[in-house]
Amino acid sequence: MTVTVRDALNQAMDEELERDERVFLLGEEVAQYDGAYKVSRGLWKKYGDKRIIDTPITEMGFAGIAVGAAMAGLRPICEFMTFNFSMQAIDQVINSAAKTYYMSAGLQSVPIVFRGPNGASAGVAAQHSQCFAAWYGHCPGLKVVSPWSAEDARGLLKSAIRDDNPVVFLENELMYGVPFEMSEEVQSKDFLIPIGKAKIERQGNHITLVSHSRMVSLCLDAAAVLAKEGIECEVINMRTIRPLDAEAIETSIMKTNHLVTVEGGWPQFGIGAEILAWIMEGPAFNYLDAPAVRVTGVDIPMPYAKILEDNSIPQIKDIIFSVKKTLNV
Amino acid sequence: MRKMLTIISNVLRGSASRNKCDLHKLEEGPPLQAMLSREEGLQYYRTMQTMRRMELKADQLYKQKIIRGFCHLYDGQEACAVGIEAGINLSDHLITAYRAHAYTLTRGGTVREIMAELTGRRGGIAKGKGGSMHMYTKNFYGGNGIVGAQVPLGAGVALACKYLGKNELCVCLYGDGAANQGQIFETYNMASLWKLPCIFICENNKYGMGTSVERAAASTDYYKRGDFIPGLRVDGMDILCVREATKFAAEHCRSGKGPILMELQTYRYHGHSMSDPGVSYRTREEIQEVRSKSDPISMLKDRMLSNNMASVEELKEIDVEVRKEIEDAAQFATTDPEPPLDDLCNHIFYNNPPMEVRGTNPWTKLKSVS
Repeated sequence: MTVTVRDALNQAMDEELERDERVFLLGEEVAQYDGAYKVSRGLWKKYGDKRIIDTPITEMGFAGIAVGAAMAGLRPICEFMTFNFSMQAIDQVINSAAKTYYMSAGLQSVPIVFRGPNGASAGVAAQHSQCFAAWYGHCPGLKVVSPWSAEDARGLLKSAIRDDNPVVFLENELMYGVPFEMSEEVQSKDFLIPIGKAKIERQGNHITLVSHSRMVSLCLDAAAVLAKEGIECEVINMRTIRPLDAEAIETSIMKTNHLVTVEGGWPQFGIGAEILAWIMEGPAFNYLDAPAVRVTGVDIPMPYAKILEDNSIPQIKDIIFSVKKTLNV
Repeated sequence: MRKMLTIISNVLRGSASRNKCDLHKLEEGPPLQAMLSREEGLQYYRTMQTMRRMELKADQLYKQKIIRGFCHLYDGQEACAVGIEAGINLSDHLITAYRAHAYTLTRGGTVREIMAELTGRRGGIAKGKGGSMHMYTKNFYGGNGIVGAQVPLGAGVALACKYLGKNELCVCLYGDGAANQGQIFETYNMASLWKLPCIFICENNKYGMGTSVERAAASTDYYKRGDFIPGLRVDGMDILCVREATKFAAEHCRSGKGPILMELQTYRYHGHSMSDPGVSYRTREEIQEVRSKSDPISMLKDRMLSNNMASVEELKEIDVEVRKEIEDAAQFATTDPEPPLDDLCNHIFYNNPPMEVRGTNPWTKLKSVS
């Protein structure tokens, strides 16, 4: 059967709410509005005011409240309508959630999930389009997850909710409506995807493409085009930003000898930058036949006009171009 | 003499009458009469004296460079911490900001583990990894370094109390400086909307670091700043005032009425932290006046002596015991070894399999366990 990413997220939350009474969801419009992007559709009707809580538009306040609730024994899911708004609350995510287990030397854990759409959408302009993977991925004490498919969304969200640590769960608005095949195994109530393990979405011998979230789709599309020219790309879906599954990437490079990373976010100090640094420092460096490169969003605030926006984020042709340059073909 | 006092002690209770509290959106306030038993009095005295001496010892150790970094001392404000705890149960919850050593004590920490945390040793309450501002015990959520951030956290704890239906509440403390933080008003709003069992307490010690309340707040009636939240302003130097107000506030919360706000008017003898001499923005005369007229420990002592609830010798004996306890703790805190280096990367994640953490260079892989 096919399931959209949105429905996969919805079902994952529904099942986890049912499984553990301590789980609850709070955020703007999550209850009576069914969620700004309808991800929490039906949950308030089923679980009521106690478990699905509409908050006022006060991110710093409600994120802090969510963290406090987690400290005192509950398991909150704190939704940011988009991660752009998480900047209002970022102190609570980093200083109150991420660092507390360490500062307390293990006395105080914080089992919380911060979730919401991240990165570029369509036509929402500069203040609503930033990718926060690199910002949150920088911080020890956080787990940072970035699902691509419906299966990813389901298995990773369940894992995140069951994880006893703060997890930043980066969704993507443009992926919400995308349907994916979902096997019966994936539909089972205890299907979990481990946090920290990447997945090879497509096997290939000539070059490794590493990506996360929506860009995985573009990598697969680019790979399909390149296959017609006899270039076989191995496409790795990171699934988790932090902890980074460097081993999966290294193993692939030792086979293909070439690396291109693809991300929607800005280049400087970003996901690709980190992957390249890891590869430089690790065993896979000696297997590279060409410098590893990054395909990223353009280093500008996101413009509004469609033609400008389209040219601000990686397109399939950019990936194909970078692959060919790296392979020197 | 002592035997006589012991016989009388069960019967003799001191009663004190206090000034009326200023009230905001409350029909009535805490009772004007309070009962103090001898046992209670002695216990409050001992605890306050322990706090006082502990903070003064910390001052000493800091000047000897045995304590480093931030150190925010609480001496002068003892009646707040002890009075609040006397008004709630250990099964209730409490969170405060960085001037937290006293609360760590009232919430179950020992002087030894507090001092060893200040000196950064493995016997510290947070194994040396937190320091002055990050001490935790059961139902005590620190010790928080970011001004105001603890207030939403406290309301979150209160939400958990209500959610889990255990009739517990959360005391959520902040200072006069923090009182202007936006996130506090966000918290007032949600706590009130959702009727969270939260006692917001503003410890107004007149100065946010070096800025007096008049220079920082358009309204210094902190007990009214909760607007739709009922509030009361209390003499924070009188432990019975604090206790009775806290009991009153706790009753309000437990009866499901939602949050309440208490302003405790208090004073810190030290500067904001050990790097602040505390006399550039206030006069030595002011500090001296508070010490001589409103010291919380002296006030309790005088009250007990004038009501014949204790003798001078008895209280002196407590002083001696306290001094010894502090000396022993300081001895421990200065001789206990620092944390082992292989603890460096532990406690990143809870309930997690062991993992590797990158050291300062690519060849250094450090081990991290939960």
